[in-house]
Amino acid sequence: MVAFLSRPWPWWVAGPLIGLFVPALLVLGNRQFGFSSNLRHLCAALAPGEVAFFKYDWKQSGVWNLAFLAGTVVGGFIGGRLLGDPAVPLSARAHAALVTLGIHDFSSIVPRELFSWSALATLRGSVLTITGGLFVGFGTAYAGGCTSGHGIAGLANLERASALAVLGFFAGGLIATHLLLPVLLR
Amino acid sequence: MTTLAASRPTTESHRARGLVPYFLLGTWFGVVLTKSQVVSWFRIQEMFRFQSFYMYGVLASAVVVAGISIRLIQRYHVKTLDGTDIVIPPKALGRGIRYWLGGTIFGLGWALTGACPGPLFALVGSGVTAMIVTVAAALAGTWLYGYYRPRLPH
Repeated sequence: MVAFLSRPWPWWVAGPLIGLFVPALLVLGNRQFGFSSNLRHLCAALAPGEVAFFKYDWKQSGVWNLAFLAGTVVGGFIGGRLLGDPAVPLSARAHAALVTLGIHDFSSIVPRELFSWSALATLRGSVLTITGGLFVGFGTAYAGGCTSGHGIAGLANLERASALAVLGFFAGGLIATHLLLPVLLR
Repeated sequence: MTTLAASRPTTESHRARGLVPYFLLGTWFGVVLTKSQVVSWFRIQEMFRFQSFYMYGVLASAVVVAGISIRLIQRYHVKTLDGTDIVIPPKALGRGIRYWLGGTIFGLGWALTGACPGPLFALVGSGVTAMIVTVAAALAGTWLYGYYRPRLPH
C-alpha cells in the first residue's frame, strides 16, 4: 500500500479516478465539474471593476468551487510532497526529443530550468510562465471551460460545444509544441 | 475551519460546514493530479508529441467513466444527497466560435506552461511556487477576456 502510494499511479488508475469527480459533484450538490470557473470567481471576488462578466453573486454560485480549489492546493502538497516521487517516467522518445530542445534537468515534476523563480529572470522562463498563463486564463474564459469542464465533463455528456473546444485545445497545443517551443527554447 | 465558523451565527456556520465536502473532494483531486503526474510539463509535452499513450489513456478512461456515470444517474433518476433532482444544463453551441478559438488559445497556454487550471494550483501546493506567477497571469487573462468580451465573436 505504502509502496503503491509513493509511486506514480498508472493511467488506468488515474483516469477513472478523475472521471469519478463528475458524478461525485453531481450527487454532492448538482455541481458541474469545471475548474476554470474559479478563475472567473476569483476575478469577481478580487477585482470585478466595471466589467459585466464579473458582476454576479460569486458567493452564491462559486464558493463551493473555491473550496474545491483550496483543497486542490492542499492535495497538491500531500500528493507532490508527502507522497512525492517527482521524477516522471517519460518515454525514451519524449526524453530524447526534449534533450534536443535543450532540456537537461529531468529530476523534478516540471523542468526547473524553465519553471522556477530563477528561471523567471530569463527570457524563455518568463515568456513560458507569464504568456502561457495569460493564454490559459483568456482561453478558458473565452471557451467557457478547460480540460475538466469541456475535456472530461463535456465530452462525457456528448456536448458538441465541448468536442469543438477539445479540438481547439489540441490545435493550440500542437502549434505551441511544434512551432513556438523550438523557437522559444533555442 | 469549522471551529472558527461555529462561533459565528448559525447560518454562517451551516454554510461553512456545507463547504467541507467540496474542500475534501478538492484535496483528493490534488492528490490524484500529482500522483498521476498529469500536472507535469514533461507529460504534456509527451502528449502533444504523440510519444506516449499515457495522457490519452488518462483522458479517455476519465471520459468513459464520467460518461457511464452520467448515464446511470439519468437512467435511475439518482438525486443529490439532499434529495433534489440532478440536472445537467446543456452547453449552448451558438456559432461555436468561442469554443474552437478560445480552445485554441487555451491549448497554446496548456503546452507552454504544461498545466491547465487545476494542475496550476496543485503544482503551487506541491512546491513549484513560481507557478504563483502563472496563476496571477491566468487571472489577468481571464480578466482581460471579461473586459473585451462585448467586442469578441462568440
